[in-house]
Amino acid sequence: MTTRQIMNADDMRRALTRIAHEIVEQNAGSADLVLIGMRTRGVPLAHRVAGIISGFESSTPPTGELDVTMYRDDLGMKIQPPAVAPTDIPFPIEGKDVVLFDDVLYTGRTVRAALDALTDFGRPRSIQLGVMIDRGHRELPIRADYVGKNVPTSRNEDVKLLVEELDGQDSVSVATLDRPFREG
Amino acid sequence: MPLTRRNLLDLDDFQRDEISLILDTSVSMTEILSRQIPRVPTLRGTTIANLFYEASTRTRVSFELAARALGADVVNVTASGSSVEKGESLVDTLRTVQALGVDVVVMRHHDAGAPYLAASILDCPVINAGDGWHAHPSQALLDLYTVRSHLGDLAGLKLVIVGDIMHSRVARSNIWGFARMGARITLCGPPQLVPRELTQLPGTDGVIQMEPDFDLAVEDADVVMVLRIQQERMDGVHLPDLREYATLYALTEDRLARARPGALVMHPGPMNQGVEISAAIAYGPNSVVEEQVTNGVAIRMASVYLLVGGGEEAGANGD
Amino acid sequence: MAIRDVLIRSGRVIDPAANRDEIADLLIRAGKIEAVGDSLGTPNGAEIIDAAGQVVAPGLVDPHCHLRQPGFEYKETIGSGSLAAAAGGYTTICSMANTEPVADARAVIETILEVAERDAVIRVLPLASVTVGMQGRQLVQMGELSDAGAIGFSDDGIPLSSTHTMRTALEYATRFGHPVANHAEDAELIAGAAMHEGLTSARLGLPAAPRQAEEIMIGRDVLLSELTGGSYYALHLSSGGSVELIRRAKERGAPVRAEVTPHHLTLTDAIVGGRNEPDAAHLQPYDADTKVNPPLREQSDLDLLREGLASGVIDCVGSDHAPHARHEKEVEYAQAASGFSCFETAFATMLSLVHDGVLDLPTLIERMTTAPCRVYGLPYGSLSNGVEADIVIFDPDLEWTVDREQFLSKGKNTPYHGLPMKGCVTRTIFGGVTVFDLAAAAAPISGSVGD
Repeated sequence: MTTRQIMNADDMRRALTRIAHEIVEQNAGSADLVLIGMRTRGVPLAHRVAGIISGFESSTPPTGELDVTMYRDDLGMKIQPPAVAPTDIPFPIEGKDVVLFDDVLYTGRTVRAALDALTDFGRPRSIQLGVMIDRGHRELPIRADYVGKNVPTSRNEDVKLLVEELDGQDSVSVATLDRPFREG
Repeated sequence: MPLTRRNLLDLDDFQRDEISLILDTSVSMTEILSRQIPRVPTLRGTTIANLFYEASTRTRVSFELAARALGADVVNVTASGSSVEKGESLVDTLRTVQALGVDVVVMRHHDAGAPYLAASILDCPVINAGDGWHAHPSQALLDLYTVRSHLGDLAGLKLVIVGDIMHSRVARSNIWGFARMGARITLCGPPQLVPRELTQLPGTDGVIQMEPDFDLAVEDADVVMVLRIQQERMDGVHLPDLREYATLYALTEDRLARARPGALVMHPGPMNQGVEISAAIAYGPNSVVEEQVTNGVAIRMASVYLLVGGGEEAGANGD
Repeated sequence: MAIRDVLIRSGRVIDPAANRDEIADLLIRAGKIEAVGDSLGTPNGAEIIDAAGQVVAPGLVDPHCHLRQPGFEYKETIGSGSLAAAAGGYTTICSMANTEPVADARAVIETILEVAERDAVIRVLPLASVTVGMQGRQLVQMGELSDAGAIGFSDDGIPLSSTHTMRTALEYATRFGHPVANHAEDAELIAGAAMHEGLTSARLGLPAAPRQAEEIMIGRDVLLSELTGGSYYALHLSSGGSVELIRRAKERGAPVRAEVTPHHLTLTDAIVGGRNEPDAAHLQPYDADTKVNPPLREQSDLDLLREGLASGVIDCVGSDHAPHARHEKEVEYAQAASGFSCFETAFATMLSLVHDGVLDLPTLIERMTTAPCRVYGLPYGSLSNGVEADIVIFDPDLEWTVDREQFLSKGKNTPYHGLPMKGCVTRTIFGGVTVFDLAAAAAPISGSVGD
């Protein structure tokens, strides 16, 4: 298995800064903006973007954490049901502009599950998607609104994002496996 | 450590990790139940059969709500108004239910061991909702969850269980559950209704004691679990009468005062207020009886999810 | 049709009645034992059985079994039971009276004997009940029944609770020279009980009764036997404490005898909670194939019962063969029928005790041949010259696995299913005729021999 780093800590910082500005520009401000990170590594990304936005806007957008395990479409294909973690969205999303955050956009199935989950919380005015990496190979008609980096990959490669908050470092790397790796 | 068992029949062979997994998963389920739409599509297409040979409101409705919250369909088979009433054997009923294409069977029965018979006949998972005097694992799990949510780490806590322990499946399952999580347990009740062998259960090594004097047993308790005393025990043979029982074993304000401040009062329900528990305590500041009921749905969601949420084989290059 | 002569060669002949234990030949002529000794000559046309490496003993005698006919033929018949018993090495079996109708009248005893004559491949001897309908009150016509062929009296299945009735029965029976046998358990203590009261029952939440339920009745019965001089036979002892009661009663001169079953010597109540063994020996918790009356108890009881059998305080082994239909066992534990289908595992189970050094082989043979005969005053159980040739030949080292589907008995209810056994009957001969041959195609046990 060979690994190559495609983003380091500085790369990630610059990408998030750009994304934060793009979000505020697209939404004409941050008044009705809420950010929701998808577990697990979408969560620290959402918090960081919220922090960056608070640096140039007058307020910090509310940030929540979403676990989509119970909405996955591949549960029956696993031997063990995957571990569930709590969802924490302590504000209404009715009429808001929700920006979902995930680390890597691949087949699009995880995002589909997140859309289902969100509609159970209420009816947002819009749902947008921000990701650090778009690696292609969509299986559903899903696209990201905000992308840190587009990285064409093949199916036997695995894209891994590490964050300081959970892993002790910031980086994105691509590993080549013996066989195709399936992410949600 | 994932839940690798097929059935949930008893807590007697559960590891600490497994219990923690169910309790942790229940936290997420509690959150789901608090949403505006308390439902997820996880078990869509799954049919859960409630096979209840004993009347029950609380437990049956709890399992039904749990199943629906997970998006599953529920069918209820109760003892009356079915071929069970006409004398169909348990085995025949089980085979019929299986042939009808049910994915999970939740079973309550008046004879200990019935769910084990079911598990040997059925291909699908069996969840024991109470079998005779033997076990009621989901009740014990929701009790553990309730205590943990108030008092945190269960290790070292003093739990007192008071009442007719010999005939109580709630007592047996809680003994296993709390002992496994490191609590100390005192069994209290009339000696003829507290089997002393329960202090010697394998793997419990002295954490279970007996104390027939309730005033002594309740001292410094962190949790007092009161069991319902059943009318049929008041037949003069098992126990003389209600008055004597209440005098010796009712949880009164005086007795509760001997427990730790902030001690939790629990009861599996339904309560005989004024008999085993005073009316004031039943819904007083120490009582967590209503939370037990609410938590029951989350615990049952977690149990069903962990037992059934997986599939038969690994997915393509699994995750 | 004349019965073929048989010469059994070079077996280890064990005949407790003659104190014999040696390699010898045994000659059967016209269905009777002609001679036992060295290098016996072979008559023309005789069948020769090579018993080298095997043991030759008197056909086993079972003082206690349930053949279910008349009335419960769906569980077993006298015919099917006798085939199963023959496969187990038995040539004489004594059947209990809890049939339908109860064996409390001459007509029923005669029917049983007629059916046995017609259908049974070995000797079947019936007991009559003590009370009419086994209701525990009115004594049966002991004289009439004795005359009809009953060899003893027992309400087995139901404890005889009335002290007055037991006393009177013991006294009356002395007139006829037959013993009274009791299923000794205190009816109030065992009411609703499904197993032995102990750690296992506390854990499993099953209604249970303590060993004292048996000891109380044994104590009462041996005192009555001493009082009346009536022969008392204590059935299926299960409690270690009962052994001591029997011993002291015998010391005081009471005419008391006692039996124990193979399962009460080898299985404990722990198996009700399941047995975690690989493959077919695995038992689920609450499997009703572990349910029996009196119940399986604890290791301490097993140890005392083994000692009792070895020392002779317990006189003999009874199988308590109690076949039931599958649908009577595949139910909730508390509602399941009690009892095991034992004929085909009894002897091998007892041989395991010989292998474990609990008692030696000649003693075991004695406990299963001459001793049970003494209980009922039967003239069988020996290899003396001139007696009916009732013989069992067995290989004490042959290994096999219990497969209940292969049982000749209609009852497949056994707690030994899937367990390995060491020691197997290879031939059973009744009145000089082979009634069981392991080597024959139809033999049930042969299918799993050598696994």
